Amino acid sequence: MGPLSALLAPFQDIVQNPTFFAEVLIGGVAAGLMYSLVALGFVLIFKASGVFNFAQGVMVLFAALTLVGLMERGLPVPAALVVTALVMVALAVGIERAVLRPLVNQAPIILFMATIGLTFFLEGFGELLWGSNVKRLDVGIPDESVKVAGVLVNKLEMTAALTAGILVAALAVFFQRTRIGRALRAVADDHEAALSLGIPLKTIWVIVWAVAGLVGIVAGIMWGAKSGVQFSLSLIALKALPVLILGGFTSVPGAIVGGLIIGVGEKTAEVYWGPLVGGAIENWFAYVLALAFLLVRPQGLFGERIIERV
Amino acid sequence: MIYREAGYFKTTYAADQAVFPILQDRIFVAALLVLAFLLPPLAFSEYWLQAVLIPFLVYALAALGLNILTGYAGQLSLGTGGFMAVGAYSAFKISTAFPDLNILLVFPLAGLAAAGVGLLFGIPSLRIKGFYLAVATLAAQFFLIWLFNKVPWFVNYAPSGTISAPPRTVFGVMVTGPEATAAARYVVALGLVVVFGWVAKNLVRGRVGRAWMAIRDRDIAAEIIGVRPLRTKLLAFGISSFYCGMAGAGLVFLYLGSAETLAFDINVSFLVLFMVIIGGLGSVLGSFLGAGFIILIPIFLTNVPHWLGLPMSVALQKQLELMIFGALILFFLIVEPHGLARLWQITKEKLRRWPFPY
Amino acid sequence: MSEGRPLLEVQGVSVRFGALLALSRVSLEIRRGEILAIIGPNGAGKTTLLNVISGFYHPFEGRLLFEGRDRTRLAPPDVAALGIARTFQNVALFKGMSVLDNIMTGRLLKMRGSFLLDAVWFGPARRQELEHRAFVERIIDFLEIQAIRKTPAGRLPYGLQKRVELGRALAAEPKLLLLDEPMAGMNVEEKEDMCRFILDVNEEFGTTIALIEHDMGVVMDVSDRVVVLDYGRKIADGPPAAVRTDPAVLDAYLGVSHEVA
Repeated sequence: MGPLSALLAPFQDIVQNPTFFAEVLIGGVAAGLMYSLVALGFVLIFKASGVFNFAQGVMVLFAALTLVGLMERGLPVPAALVVTALVMVALAVGIERAVLRPLVNQAPIILFMATIGLTFFLEGFGELLWGSNVKRLDVGIPDESVKVAGVLVNKLEMTAALTAGILVAALAVFFQRTRIGRALRAVADDHEAALSLGIPLKTIWVIVWAVAGLVGIVAGIMWGAKSGVQFSLSLIALKALPVLILGGFTSVPGAIVGGLIIGVGEKTAEVYWGPLVGGAIENWFAYVLALAFLLVRPQGLFGERIIERV
Repeated sequence: MIYREAGYFKTTYAADQAVFPILQDRIFVAALLVLAFLLPPLAFSEYWLQAVLIPFLVYALAALGLNILTGYAGQLSLGTGGFMAVGAYSAFKISTAFPDLNILLVFPLAGLAAAGVGLLFGIPSLRIKGFYLAVATLAAQFFLIWLFNKVPWFVNYAPSGTISAPPRTVFGVMVTGPEATAAARYVVALGLVVVFGWVAKNLVRGRVGRAWMAIRDRDIAAEIIGVRPLRTKLLAFGISSFYCGMAGAGLVFLYLGSAETLAFDINVSFLVLFMVIIGGLGSVLGSFLGAGFIILIPIFLTNVPHWLGLPMSVALQKQLELMIFGALILFFLIVEPHGLARLWQITKEKLRRWPFPY
Repeated sequence: MSEGRPLLEVQGVSVRFGALLALSRVSLEIRRGEILAIIGPNGAGKTTLLNVISGFYHPFEGRLLFEGRDRTRLAPPDVAALGIARTFQNVALFKGMSVLDNIMTGRLLKMRGSFLLDAVWFGPARRQELEHRAFVERIIDFLEIQAIRKTPAGRLPYGLQKRVELGRALAAEPKLLLLDEPMAGMNVEEKEDMCRFILDVNEEFGTTIALIEHDMGVVMDVSDRVVVLDYGRKIADGPPAAVRTDPAVLDAYLGVSHEVA
């Protein structure tokens, strides 16, 4: 087979086996939604504080670790959830005090690097507290597949998708309709102006980081149930970056759309074209896709064009 | 007093432009260099050479490279590991394909290969800025590592998937390969660092460095004075990757002896970024200080509890390392964003005036 | 004074930002060797005009001619290469660099050579560096900022930053110097100094200068001609004394009610 026909063959395969393709798509959608969950946390924080929180992935990990750790020590699931939520709130307070407040006037790139430092710190700290072996996270939803309309669908993935959908809807309403949501948008737009309107910046930031932490719990549960709670979870943060590029850094629906595109794109590329080049395309596909996208549209699908005033 | 800065007036612009304007400084540095070349090979233990000095020199090169790109030109890059890998694998292919080629030439050639790749991945930098560019460099990082993993040609079809430094000599002394002594490898590394460190200093203090800093500080204003953004950024990517490529080659040929792609993964990119942040963005001295600092922390953590009689498991050590790195980054960003280099400057100024407070 | 063909001609230039018409068929000329003041209320389009000349915006209609040749669609670095330098309303200095380095960046277009020569330093690169350093030091002397030459620009008070920015523009030995509110935020003494520098630059080096200015006293003292913009249109053009009494200008800008003369 010449190289061109080899490249085109998968398209034939898709047409000839639509059921399988549907399954791959669904798998991609599910994976994409998992990424979106992580990206949501990013978007929240960026929308409200302008900080690009590289530590989002490790926050997901930390949340999952805490939850599992508590459950392992015998706490029943509801109690463990509440305690984990409190821990994430405490973490948000700590981050606001130790990282955000001292760096409030610095350039965004400094804040970004600070979140990288935070990532490493939390990774080490989490491992210190809860140990480094992989843990199983059982939330009572079996990781098994069911045939729906002739297509194989995974229960866990569907639950995750549903949860993500509900979360996004809730957050969208939160931002658009509630008073706090409006205040958050004001803060994201212009810190100083918001301050002068009497919006309590510090409280807002704690709220936002806490909410992002709670979103992190959800993401952590979903990811942890699927692949176990382990340190590669923090690498998910990196994967969320292409999602954000596609969807824009400030758009909640964008995080979903971006996640879907990345998830579906990755899975399809890996399944159909991966074998041509020895597999593991998933390692870089998302980033290269994001890069290609940036070249065409530097602000992403939903992002705002950055206009610099001279 | 022997060391005196006061009363020494620079009477020519040439004197002002010099890297070490004060004569005592110049003598000091010259002596230090001579000492650096002679003392460690003769007097230091294998451990110090192998575990501290050689990695310090290799990572200092990488830190110089990243500092040029991120510290001077303001282009955030998370792809350092990938560019180092290009250098390492190029060096391997070149030296195995041309066994008679002097190994000292292989390093800059590997650097050139990495520079080429760097230029390619730098092209998007005209349209893409800031965090977005960082994500683009991640594309470089992950793609390059995948490439070196997947294509067996790069490892000369070795089943183990690793590359090893072939034995090579310079003036009859074995400098790479299993037979090479740490002392020999150290001298080669030091030579590379001295030469290319000097080159880096020359670049950043003149026309090119100013163009980079202009792009970094205010790229719109830079255009007004005639800086061409794409050309300047590409130059930064190219030269930065050259240094990272040499560092990668040094990592395998002079430090580890053999390596696989794991030695160049995303963690290395972060590690070098930490060196540059802690050492000081936009400072040649800072690159060295940062590299030394980061290299020493794990050494410290391994040895100090041992000296104090406290046992520490390897896992705990790793965890503390992560926490300390993270905390240090935060500390420096909050307290002294210009890093160790600036702290050093402040210390010098205070010493000048000591014991007078002003 | 001004002679011969105008240095810069703006012909019917219009600039639009989305639905907003920032400049509407503006035509003016800047004559060689003169000092032209551009005045008008806030939002009149003065900075936009400078930005069009600098190449940041391209007009959707009209032409720009520099030294008689069409230069409408140039990018900013090409405009700099023509010999046009400028300062900004909000001081666009390179905050991380020293004053000396900032002004040296102004010499960039005059510096030749490749980075390979720079890498080696000794030889042509060093010689060139020293030559340009000598030139920049003359500018530093002229602007009386010797004491702060090594200070990082970000640490200077506003007035001095503006002076340094002028120095950077002068370093390029421009044919046309565009100054955007060079005296904004200065006290009386600083304004006098700045006026003196501007006049000196014009007299000693023959540099053509166009400046945006709000202080009418300065405008009267310094400029040879005045152009008045309002809502993106030119409403007056002439010697300062004439413009000062032009009824359209009085209406729009100076806010003095018409008196029966």
